[in-house]
Amino acid sequence: MPFELGGETFTSRLILGTGGAANLHVLEQAIRASGSELVTLALRRVGTAPGSTGGLLELLDRCGVRLLPNTAGCHTATEAVKVARLARDAFDTDWVKLEVIGDERTLLPDGVELLRAAEELVSDGFTVLPYTSDDPVLARRLADVGCAAVMPAGSPIGSGLGIGNPHHIRLIRQGVDVPVILDAGIGTASDAALAMELGCDGVLLASAVTRAADPVAMATAMRYAVEAGRLAAQAGRIERRFHALASTPDEGRPEL
Amino acid sequence: MELTVNGAGRSVAAGASVADLVRDLVAQPRGVAVAVNGEVVPRTGWPARALRDGDRVEVLTAAQGG
Repeated sequence: MPFELGGETFTSRLILGTGGAANLHVLEQAIRASGSELVTLALRRVGTAPGSTGGLLELLDRCGVRLLPNTAGCHTATEAVKVARLARDAFDTDWVKLEVIGDERTLLPDGVELLRAAEELVSDGFTVLPYTSDDPVLARRLADVGCAAVMPAGSPIGSGLGIGNPHHIRLIRQGVDVPVILDAGIGTASDAALAMELGCDGVLLASAVTRAADPVAMATAMRYAVEAGRLAAQAGRIERRFHALASTPDEGRPEL
Repeated sequence: MELTVNGAGRSVAAGASVADLVRDLVAQPRGVAVAVNGEVVPRTGWPARALRDGDRVEVLTAAQGG
């Protein structure tokens, strides 16, 4: 079933971040291997950060992906709203991955500022995809103010620790009517599959692919993991049980 | 006149507009956004927006980011 997000329809449920790639050539190969149709990017001073010396937008054009600008590095709602408006002007899109960071060491979001920024951007016509914590109450508040999705962290950005609190991710899924996208903390394919098995509608990851020893192979793995996790979630897994349940019947067993 | 552009001092001709400054800095303006003294200056307003001595200008573009 196609994935509906912000009024658009996607085939892929994997959103790829471009941060951390060693060079644009590897990045392009990884995007293609991932099958992703929605790709994040940042806004930085010209000629400074990786990618800002040119070629990134052309690359994303060639891949035929939709752009999802982020507000990475912002610490207040005021700052994040300005960066979102700058990104809208730069990239001709009103979609934004809203990030308002509240702690330098963990890069976890500042929920108060995040909600304020989300509210303001929604009323300004943005399609807001907020990077949030795994707090089910905050996720519901973000959905209530009109965010197009909620994107809880599995664990801190770039940590590769996977999903620290699967129970909360499930609660978030149960608590909102908008898509839930697991964003941040994915380390390897099984983490992405688990996110989907928990009921998430999509997965957003960057470092797990861009900083893998072989980004293209990992992008391929993530593509399959998201598909496999989604299928498994829909397939209805067997109950966990304490003791064994033989799959081979006892009937007809020979007496020897 | 003296401006601060992306955190560094820069001299530009008196009467220069935001559009003039962007032209000096980047080959093509696609994917570029500008803020002057912390306020967004939309692309359509670049030619008309005159810069003043002491302005702090941020000229931003696409970069890799998660």
